[in-house]
Amino acid sequence: MIQALWLPGPLLLTQLAAAAIASLLVLAVLGVFLARHPLGSRFVYGACALVCAALAGLALLALLDPSPTPSQIRLAVGLPLGQTLLALDALSAAFAVIVNVTSAIVSVGAIGYGAHARDPQRVVPFYPAFIAGMNLVLLAQDAFSFLVGWEFMSLASWALVVSEDRSEGNRYAGLVYVIMAAAGALTLLFAFGILAGTDGGYSFAEMRQSAAFGPAALVLVLALIGAGSKAGLVPLHAWLPLAHPAAPSHVSALMSGVMTKVAVYGFMRIVFDLAGPPSWWWSVPVLVVAGVTAFLGVLHALMEHDLKRLLAYHTVENIGIIFIGLGLALAFEASGMGAAAALALVAAVFHVFNHSLFKSLLFLGSGAILNATGERDMEHLGGLIHRMPVTAVTFLVGCVAISALPPFNGFVSEWLTFQAILLSPELPQWIPRLLVPAIGATLACSAALAAACFVKAFGSTFLGRPRSQVAIAARETDLWLRSAMVAFASLCLLAGVLPGWVMDALRGVSDVLVGARLDSQAAQPWLKVAPISADRGAYGGLLVFAMIAIAAAATALIARRVASHALRRAPAWDCGFPDPSPATQYTSGSFAQPIRRVFGSLVFRAREHVEMPKPGAAGAARLRVDMHDTVWELFYAPVIRLVDVLAGHLTKLQFLTIRKYLMLVFATLILLLIIIGTWR
Amino acid sequence: MIRDWLTQLVQLAAVLVLAPLLTGVTRKVKARLLRRRGPPLLQPYRDLLKLIRKETVVAENASWLFRSAPYVIFATTWVAAALIPTFATGLTFSAGADLIVIVGLLGTARFFLALAGLDVGTSFGGIGSSREMMFASLAEPAMLMVVFTVSLFAGSTQLSTISAYMLGPQMGLSISLALAIVALIIVSLAENARIPVDNPATHLELTMVHEAMILEYSGRHLAVIEAAASLKLLLYMSLIACMFAPWGTAVAGGGAAAYSIGLVAYAIKLAVGGFLLVVFETATAKMRVFRVPEFLGVALMLGLLGAMLLFVSRVSQ
Repeated sequence: MIQALWLPGPLLLTQLAAAAIASLLVLAVLGVFLARHPLGSRFVYGACALVCAALAGLALLALLDPSPTPSQIRLAVGLPLGQTLLALDALSAAFAVIVNVTSAIVSVGAIGYGAHARDPQRVVPFYPAFIAGMNLVLLAQDAFSFLVGWEFMSLASWALVVSEDRSEGNRYAGLVYVIMAAAGALTLLFAFGILAGTDGGYSFAEMRQSAAFGPAALVLVLALIGAGSKAGLVPLHAWLPLAHPAAPSHVSALMSGVMTKVAVYGFMRIVFDLAGPPSWWWSVPVLVVAGVTAFLGVLHALMEHDLKRLLAYHTVENIGIIFIGLGLALAFEASGMGAAAALALVAAVFHVFNHSLFKSLLFLGSGAILNATGERDMEHLGGLIHRMPVTAVTFLVGCVAISALPPFNGFVSEWLTFQAILLSPELPQWIPRLLVPAIGATLACSAALAAACFVKAFGSTFLGRPRSQVAIAARETDLWLRSAMVAFASLCLLAGVLPGWVMDALRGVSDVLVGARLDSQAAQPWLKVAPISADRGAYGGLLVFAMIAIAAAATALIARRVASHALRRAPAWDCGFPDPSPATQYTSGSFAQPIRRVFGSLVFRAREHVEMPKPGAAGAARLRVDMHDTVWELFYAPVIRLVDVLAGHLTKLQFLTIRKYLMLVFATLILLLIIIGTWR
Repeated sequence: MIRDWLTQLVQLAAVLVLAPLLTGVTRKVKARLLRRRGPPLLQPYRDLLKLIRKETVVAENASWLFRSAPYVIFATTWVAAALIPTFATGLTFSAGADLIVIVGLLGTARFFLALAGLDVGTSFGGIGSSREMMFASLAEPAMLMVVFTVSLFAGSTQLSTISAYMLGPQMGLSISLALAIVALIIVSLAENARIPVDNPATHLELTMVHEAMILEYSGRHLAVIEAAASLKLLLYMSLIACMFAPWGTAVAGGGAAAYSIGLVAYAIKLAVGGFLLVVFETATAKMRVFRVPEFLGVALMLGLLGAMLLFVSRVSQ
């Protein structure tokens, strides 16, 4: 069917994609001049949406019709004596579709959102540059352009994080972010250095051919640190819940929904594609880190009452889920179980797609709420379902989808991951076999906790009675943002109901990375998916959705026919003693309190203290909760203290006499000469 | 093909008709065990009819979510119940939805129930939702671990395959299975708000969980929710019967006699299950809320242990 149409060749596709990236960069430059005018920023966002849509279309063509040898284009810029290689293979194309579909819709939402920005000239020029950087990473076929794109993406997003620099918190977030980003890029540089081998071939094709310079295990660790710090793996996630919420909401949507996925791409490219055949034990660190990430991410999210920080912590959780799939794929690939590896890999990339959809949707929703109320704190919101109906419905769809509940898309990728886990008893090694059921339990636990978290988030934001004046005065958001959210919500449902199409589109990816592919799902009746065989396990999203819809409609219809029509609005019952004050409602803090008691006492060392006034004293009793960010105290605080101490000692060097400085220079020279002398 | 559709339709109707009866039986037996006379067996049906005929009172600030949630909850529970082979395998829809989907559907129902509890903005609704989600955060993984265990035995997550495997000759007694069934029973008690986790008969404010979430409901909305609660009890019993006691279930393509045997066997299984549940409930006391996580933690650990034993004992073929 597809072959019958006229298709641009793979070379032309890459050329067009490169041209699109170039036009994004042009837009970034134009943005500097256009941003001051409200229409100008609208134009930039609109143009971004069009370019991203075009890029998504190009990538989809490349994904559906992958040529066996994707042709590269060479640009004569790059390292001295080097050049820049760009190409769209199946992996690049899959991620390019995900990145650009999301970016296109977010840009549509931003057309309206940008109008509310206070300093558009601090956001608008960096926005297209950010998208261009991400696309360059995906298209790059050599280490140089990969890292250039990576840094472009990091710096542009850093500029967007600090665009609202009046708040102390945002400046701090920017600082932590830029430090982590620099460290991550440095580790990736080392990883590429090792992969390039002694010949120093920096194109990916040469890396695949040549033997690595150092142990491949080191590449795995460096990739896990470098890409993992960008994706938000625990314990390298610390910047993420600070930086993602600090940016304007449409940028948060891109950072959480898309940029973390580019990091996942980087990890997959290095570990699955460039590092050569994996050993079985590679899966162990990946699975352990992924399990801890999923569990800690969702627990942190539950403790939050800032809506955007809650969403950012959920990104950490979902990255954990994605890496669980990747770890399983590594284990299967190393043991020669091709079909199982393909299943785990497809589950992971499917979840990448899903998460980019619902996380962007939820961040846009939080942006709509922020515009309407100026409030991110859920303890001050409530009752918005009456005032922002479209935002409420789409946000609800996002909440159901991210909680991995059928019939939406989040469930499908978790279902696929579970199916992959159920194949792992066939693994020949003991350690993964012991580890995988525990990882499965962690995954199940974080899915259940995510549902609790989003009941909390939706309940305290949209349901109940408004807890503040701003929540009472809220208005529905503008048409652009609403249509973007509706588009995301429909895609969430569509991907959940027709998962077979997505899985079929991803077949090429597993072909490239693990050398195996799943059977085509198009042959299954009822549009259901059965990754291994229909006897092993099948899921018909359309069937489930249709059954729920028909059953609910039939019940409602019968209830309407048979039941009494009398309906009366009355004050809430509340066991006979309703209190008119909205303060008597459950807040997000009180909602999470039981879960904090069950899990938090161990993970966060959470302690509750009740301070009662002395008998006769008129003061109020207080309930105080102490919580510790264990990861920060364990990994970051010592480093910060060390830097502090070292800096304290180094200040002594600042006040030396010229003689001492000269001696210092001389001593350094001698030392270096000795080192070089002994090295040879 | 036609027979599968017919079985599916009969199943859809049967679970709906039988669910209130099961609730009635448990109430009656419980009353008898407490030396009370108890309500008649058909009382749940009468209650539903009464509720349907009554005026519905909706709180002033309730949103559309409050009014549509009962139908979503009922529909998802009904669909989940209709996917379990009760008296016969070979259900049409069952091929497109495995055990994990059933757990997921119950999760959807719980999600909307908890949201409905928060909608009016009363403290009781909040307390119910908050505690329900806390219980679920342990009960759902425990349930999935049970699913893992039985699926690893049968090599499939499809319920019909599992049930056929359990009947097969290769199935012996197994420690993993014993752990799984204990875990599943604990989960079922918690999910159906039974003693010792919650008390279906209580309206003592500070102890209720399920009843607190649905406190604001009345009239036809309450009827639909009550029906969903009955269905859920039936669902869990059918699930236990299907996985651990699949005797007598008609195999797809059997004769009329097989189907009638299947129906009778199913009725007997439900009666026995209901009786055992009530005996257990009568013999135990309700726990404090914060003892429940420990109770459910036991289920999670048992389920995990069962699955892990299987993972380890599986010699690579």
